[in-house]
Amino acid sequence: MTSVRDWAEPNPVTENRGGVIGKGVDRYEGALKVTGTAPYAYDTVAPSPPAIGVLVTATIPRGRVTSVDTAAAEAAPGVQLVWTHLNVPAQAPRGTRANPRSQRASNPALGSDRVEYYGQSVAFVVADTFENARAAAELVKVAYAAEPAVVDFMASFDQATLPPDEEDVHIGDFHGAFAAAPVTIDETYFSPIQNHVQMEPCATIAWWEGDKVTVHTSIQMVKGGQHALAETLAIPSSDVHLLTRYIGGGFGGKGQPYDDLILSALAARALKRPVKVAYTRQQMFHGTIHRPAVDMRVRLGAEPNGRLTAFAVEATTHCARAATFTEHAANFSRNLYAAPNRLTGHRLVRMDLPHAGPMRAPGEAPGMLSLECAMDELAEKLGLDPIELRIRNEPDIDPETGKPFSIRQLVRCMTEGAQRFGWERRNPVPGQVRDGRWMVGMGMAAAIRGNFLLPAKAGVRIDAGGIITLRQGMTDIGTGTYTILAQITAETLGVPLGHVRVEIGDSDFPPAPGSGGQFGAATAGSAAFEAGMNLRRALTELAVGDPNSPLYGGPAEYVTFENGVIAIENRSETLAALVGRAAPDGIYVEGSISPAADARDYSQHTYGAHFAEVGVNQVTGEVRLRKMFGVFAAGRILNAKTAKSQITGGMIWGVGTALTEVNAVDPRFGSFVNQDMAEYLAPVHADIVDLDAMFLDEADDKANPMGIKGVGELGIAGAGAAIANAIYNATGVRLRDYPMTPDKVLAGLMAKGL
Amino acid sequence: MRTTITVNGTARTLDVDPRTTLLDALREHLGLTGSKKGCDHGQCGACTVLVNGVRINSCLSILAMHDGDQVTTIEGLGQPGALHPVQQAFLERDALQCGYCTPGQICSTVGMLQEAADGWASKETADLSAPTALTDAEIRERMSGNICRCSAYPQILAAIRDLAGEVA
Amino acid sequence: MKPFTYERAADAKAAVKAVAENPGAKFLAGGTNLLDLMKLEIETPTHLVDVGRLPFAGIEATDEGGLRIGGAMTNAKLAAHPKVRELYPVLARAILAGASGQLRNKATTAGNLLQRTRCDYFYDTAKPCNKREPGSGCSAIGGPGGYGAIFGASEACIATHTSDMAVALTALDASVETMTPDGGARTIKVEALHRLPGASPQVETDLAAGELITAVVLPPPPAGGQAYAKVRDRASYAHGLAMVAVAGGRVAFGAVAHKPWRAEKAEAALAAGASAAEAASAEVAGADADDRRAHKIALVRRLAAATIEDAGSAR
Repeated sequence: MTSVRDWAEPNPVTENRGGVIGKGVDRYEGALKVTGTAPYAYDTVAPSPPAIGVLVTATIPRGRVTSVDTAAAEAAPGVQLVWTHLNVPAQAPRGTRANPRSQRASNPALGSDRVEYYGQSVAFVVADTFENARAAAELVKVAYAAEPAVVDFMASFDQATLPPDEEDVHIGDFHGAFAAAPVTIDETYFSPIQNHVQMEPCATIAWWEGDKVTVHTSIQMVKGGQHALAETLAIPSSDVHLLTRYIGGGFGGKGQPYDDLILSALAARALKRPVKVAYTRQQMFHGTIHRPAVDMRVRLGAEPNGRLTAFAVEATTHCARAATFTEHAANFSRNLYAAPNRLTGHRLVRMDLPHAGPMRAPGEAPGMLSLECAMDELAEKLGLDPIELRIRNEPDIDPETGKPFSIRQLVRCMTEGAQRFGWERRNPVPGQVRDGRWMVGMGMAAAIRGNFLLPAKAGVRIDAGGIITLRQGMTDIGTGTYTILAQITAETLGVPLGHVRVEIGDSDFPPAPGSGGQFGAATAGSAAFEAGMNLRRALTELAVGDPNSPLYGGPAEYVTFENGVIAIENRSETLAALVGRAAPDGIYVEGSISPAADARDYSQHTYGAHFAEVGVNQVTGEVRLRKMFGVFAAGRILNAKTAKSQITGGMIWGVGTALTEVNAVDPRFGSFVNQDMAEYLAPVHADIVDLDAMFLDEADDKANPMGIKGVGELGIAGAGAAIANAIYNATGVRLRDYPMTPDKVLAGLMAKGL
Repeated sequence: MRTTITVNGTARTLDVDPRTTLLDALREHLGLTGSKKGCDHGQCGACTVLVNGVRINSCLSILAMHDGDQVTTIEGLGQPGALHPVQQAFLERDALQCGYCTPGQICSTVGMLQEAADGWASKETADLSAPTALTDAEIRERMSGNICRCSAYPQILAAIRDLAGEVA
Repeated sequence: MKPFTYERAADAKAAVKAVAENPGAKFLAGGTNLLDLMKLEIETPTHLVDVGRLPFAGIEATDEGGLRIGGAMTNAKLAAHPKVRELYPVLARAILAGASGQLRNKATTAGNLLQRTRCDYFYDTAKPCNKREPGSGCSAIGGPGGYGAIFGASEACIATHTSDMAVALTALDASVETMTPDGGARTIKVEALHRLPGASPQVETDLAAGELITAVVLPPPPAGGQAYAKVRDRASYAHGLAMVAVAGGRVAFGAVAHKPWRAEKAEAALAAGASAAEAASAEVAGADADDRRAHKIALVRRLAAATIEDAGSAR
């Protein structure tokens, strides 16, 4: 098995002789995207014109469908089928796996008369046109027998239990130390339900050729989607060809398949023609997963000098009864600050709301909103600068496991950020700075997000023209995967970027786990690197073994690859010449990566520090961003441009988290009050003022052969807390209930007599 | 019903259900899938196209309203290898991530720059009678009808800043 | 969306006749609100009469020294018009505070006035709503939202009118000119165009079926300053939580009632020499709201005081 020691050896990527690694090259598929010619799932041209499917969704949170009147819909113009649980074709029972190695189990659509959440699919209409399908869907009349439903999270804490296979983590004697601490904080913070609101609603187009189905869908995990469809339809996964080449945003919400995938495939089979299905924007809110609400109690005990003696983060969250998921909002705190006496844990309420699931930085995103404000509150109580407080609690080893850090530059992120942001301009006394009607303040927060490496494969092929094609069952959800795979492949094989093609998002290709958990670049990229190294070896053998090659008989260990040329000192030829002559059919090899046996001997994370300046309108309570800057340490950066886009995108999610984003539940109906983009307020351009970020130089040789780490989720971790702390610094009003909308801020201002 | 529109310079006659939106006509009947459906209710801007040079949400129009109109979609601005300056600026500044809102952002930028050139004011304009200066705040406000959930806003701003001088 | 037939009106008379004679017919102008609602089957016309290209899209000076704005003029063009910017800045500012550039390019003057509420429950067809389905009940009452009406609400409806433009027009004492079903004309003050919900919130204006707004008439600009303010959760492209328009001694609020709300008590206070804060307090003293909306009263009071101050309308 691999050891992290093997990864410390120099290699083409870490040596970066071609200079391709780290360079801010343009997005590989950028020209397609800026011209509208990148085909997303619903844009895909099928072999023949598709019929259009539209979902009908439940309007109760829990109960049973007692009857469905489909007569009017069936008689409507252009309608080709109307399905309910009574007549949908047979599917494998939920949760079953015919193939034990399937990554996902069967998940039938319209599988029974049970309604488990508001917005669950209860009927499905297919018609010749979208206009006819949408109108017919409105004609389906569903009657329900509603049952009592648990939908009010704040009123259901008495039902909270430990999440499955989980215990609280106690280290030392938290309660004793907290009771004895001279300075304490004991506060509760609330992060509400949030929604991914990917710009592209979930969509699939499906068609059959014989027993094989082709689906173009919008999903972050290729194998997961392929296996779920195969298991649900009870067919071999080899009969499912799933493609997901361009994805209009995922953020975790498309990590799993939805009913568009299943029903388009079933309907295409039944109708013997292609069928495409898209969720409406409104259906996305209930019909796909959301980030659950989290109630977080933070207790900190400190010495007057700021050293933490007692540390507790306890998070209570919720999930759907039928889909267990825990938002691990306390996990991050186990690795962040030193304190000898610790208590961390989670409680879970099972509810009858739509499914909770992962959303960008699950755990950290809501979790850091609590502790990073509590640290600000503690700093003020101690009369310390918030950065100084954090530095005084900087651990030498992982505070919970005692393991060494692979690398940890949190303090540098904070000090570098403070200097570049102008933290010295901050008045530590809140409510002192005015700009007309605006009260101005600054806040900061730390960021931490775990780093992961999963098993993955990749295939790489060189053709007779010297063009290299990387193929991988990987996805690019806007993260820059296409681009960094091209860069890794080019650098590994010493060829110009223009000689590399990248083909991903196809279940026929060597599997990778997909996009999620900010593991994509490291995981898929490392497999691509290994495949590239294998191709180097194959090309070396080919050259030194080919009597017609100038390299013939040369020592393999002296072979170099540079600018498309293979050489041993002054004996050289182009790769195109070599392959064209000696392997005219091209060469294809695969490579794979898996976690090192000793990787878990290190505490491995990405880090950062956020700095924010906000204005708070003293008349209205409106909060507006004035400036935000982040400094991050996330291993070797593959592409300066796309990595920065990822990290600033995450920061902006933090702004939304702090100020505008919430799916309010109406407990009378078990549904979200807001279910469109006019009322679920993702930040708009005007919300984001003077926001920038930078990366520290870093390479983490315990992470993978390239020393890279993820950047997709780090940016949101802690960002909202920096905003909240800035609101406090501006006004002296400490809010602990996100998002910090004008009504809450104004109430705080008025309570202070402002 | 029959409607004739000129799309990207070519006259096209369609005989479609009156319920067909301009967006769906472009996408489903003319194969121009560059314009995207993000919300179908004018709440996101992904469907933005230019009608007679003016940016609108094509999802909140039915085709029939546009008989005789000139429609420009993202496909009509430029193609890979022959990018429009706005497309080129977006590419160079990495003003996109997933790319789904991008065609709308770019069409909106083209329309917005013309509005600014015509001297139109915005919410951010301090003096309503002064000539329009495309400050960062002006660009941000004028582009707020195009939501980018990947949040490429700083990069979009940089791209438009590059253009504001030369196009406006 | 229910099936419908479509015609483009040849002239205003034909348009009015077509809608007046067909109970299922509606005027279509910009479509930004009507088509939005039709997709959800909140609006279900069987026939659309497109008035978007009738010759009511211009702007002209009136003999009285004001402006006549065509009903089909787009919001964008109205806000951009030099005379509006110079003489009626509160109107330009109100329009520019609303929607997005794209929507303002399509939405019309008349359509903006007639836009329907943004109440979440009006938009959610799975929930009772007296405005959508008379007699079904009001889901907003007792719901978790905090931004319903604080003036003139009824037990049947607490929805608000969320037009920005209409608030400025109310403060400017504008009128609408209509063509009536019999081909005649009448003039209605903007402040009298919309109704309070009472027991029939589905009836939102005093317009007859088929009555077409052909123009909005602005009187000469009032003496004194003008100012517009809007509070919203995000910095742009969001419906207002509260709006205030001030034009000389006239004050109007938005998003506080089923109609653009003329703040007559505030105006009277100003006329009597009150301070901005006193005038604002005088108006909201008449506000009525449950606990959830109590904060909104404070918000409106503070916003009104600040906006009156900005306009220089107080002593």
